[in-house]
Amino acid sequence: MNRRASPVTRHPSRDDPIVCRCEEVTLSEVVRAIREGYDTLEELKRKLRVGMGPCQGRTCLPLLARILSRETGRPLDEVMEEISIRPPLIPTPFDLWRGR
Amino acid sequence: MKRSADVVIIGAGVTGAALAYELARRGIRDVLIFERKFPCSGASGRCGGGIRQQFTTPHNIRLAMEAVNRYETLSEELGVDIEFIQGGYLILAETEEEREAQRKAVALQNELGLPSRLLTPREAKEVLPLLDETTIVSATYCPTDAHANPFRVVEGYLARARERGVVLEKFTEVVDLEVKEGRIVKVRTSRGDVAPGTVVNAAGAWSREIARMAGVELPNQPIRHEIAITEPVEFFMDVMVISIHNGIYFSQTKEGQIIGGIGDPEEKPGYNISSSLGFLRRYARELLRYVPALGQLSVLRQWAGLYDVTPDAQPVLGPTPGLENFIQANGYSGHGFMIAPAVARHLADYIEKGIVSEILEKLSLERFKEEIRGEAFVVG
Repeated sequence: MNRRASPVTRHPSRDDPIVCRCEEVTLSEVVRAIREGYDTLEELKRKLRVGMGPCQGRTCLPLLARILSRETGRPLDEVMEEISIRPPLIPTPFDLWRGR
Repeated sequence: MKRSADVVIIGAGVTGAALAYELARRGIRDVLIFERKFPCSGASGRCGGGIRQQFTTPHNIRLAMEAVNRYETLSEELGVDIEFIQGGYLILAETEEEREAQRKAVALQNELGLPSRLLTPREAKEVLPLLDETTIVSATYCPTDAHANPFRVVEGYLARARERGVVLEKFTEVVDLEVKEGRIVKVRTSRGDVAPGTVVNAAGAWSREIARMAGVELPNQPIRHEIAITEPVEFFMDVMVISIHNGIYFSQTKEGQIIGGIGDPEEKPGYNISSSLGFLRRYARELLRYVPALGQLSVLRQWAGLYDVTPDAQPVLGPTPGLENFIQANGYSGHGFMIAPAVARHLADYIEKGIVSEILEKLSLERFKEEIRGEAFVVG
């Protein structure tokens, strides 16, 4: 079973950095989605796949929360509270879950 | 917020979104959708995305066949890539009794025009080369079954519906339905009241609570089902696999991830959607028994959602006896995503023209007064 190394398809600029590294989503894409009405972290996840890659949001969610807070004027704490945490948090193979 | 609407839809899952689009397309544009959280926050955004036609009751088979017909061209129609992969469904059986059930199911399906067929273990391995065929006694396969991405489907339906005037009010909870002289005259929400023409109950596992607000008792029960997704790997299977032996299902997304789950017959009705370690262990054990090669594949995350389960595992559709403007669109028992495009058509025919199709007649709430003969192949 070959793991898929995603090709580098994005060439972000200094003005439009990548926010979610796993799914290669840039700042401008996040801001555009928020302005289209995807204005909670859970909706952004579903729209852009941000936070749904191998890091499971550990890298990007704090960044996303800041962008969302800035764009909507809602307090950072309130934005952060809306995130649902989904186990196992660290990618873990089926062999281990099965046990022996 | 609007004070009135021709049609009020409760729930922005795939059913509510598909119906809103279908109505708007036909010129009924004064449609208001109330969603307690946000689109796809319930079962539609938590499901495995399977689109199966291999059922065991004529109505489930017919609805699913109509839905596949719509799904095949939905990406173009909505202008959104719904990641539709028509690689068929492979259904596994492990006992003689299950093989016999499969033989009967295929006979009924073929009679209704579905190209499903009974396979030997060796033939099943040709469909899925990584399958350990020694685990099964038979399988069935239908090449026109499929799977797709529910987020993209709902997003597409809502975008095209809203372009035509449909209004979505998210984070707006329906708190009461006021009934007068056999009609719902007011929908009370957390953000104000609306006078409805027609009210559609598409609230998934919460439909029972919504119906109660109007004094209607549904036989539906919420049952938790858990699911998990892996890291992406090279695309190796376009077929979706399920087993009637243990209720497992799994498929590979366009991104390359394996998404799947397994039902728990011990699960009690309730609104708990927490994730369990027991699920992950059982899913891993059964998945690796069928496809041992997946052992090194890592699970990225797990979650759960609620099936809205009826006593015969068939949906509750159409007008409510005694409440003429209250329409039920719930009780899918784990199959709502699969049939939504077809359900939307039947319900729009009723709302637009008053047509009660044979399907709506057979799947009406009234049927629970009679003897029940239900769907046998429920998985997940």
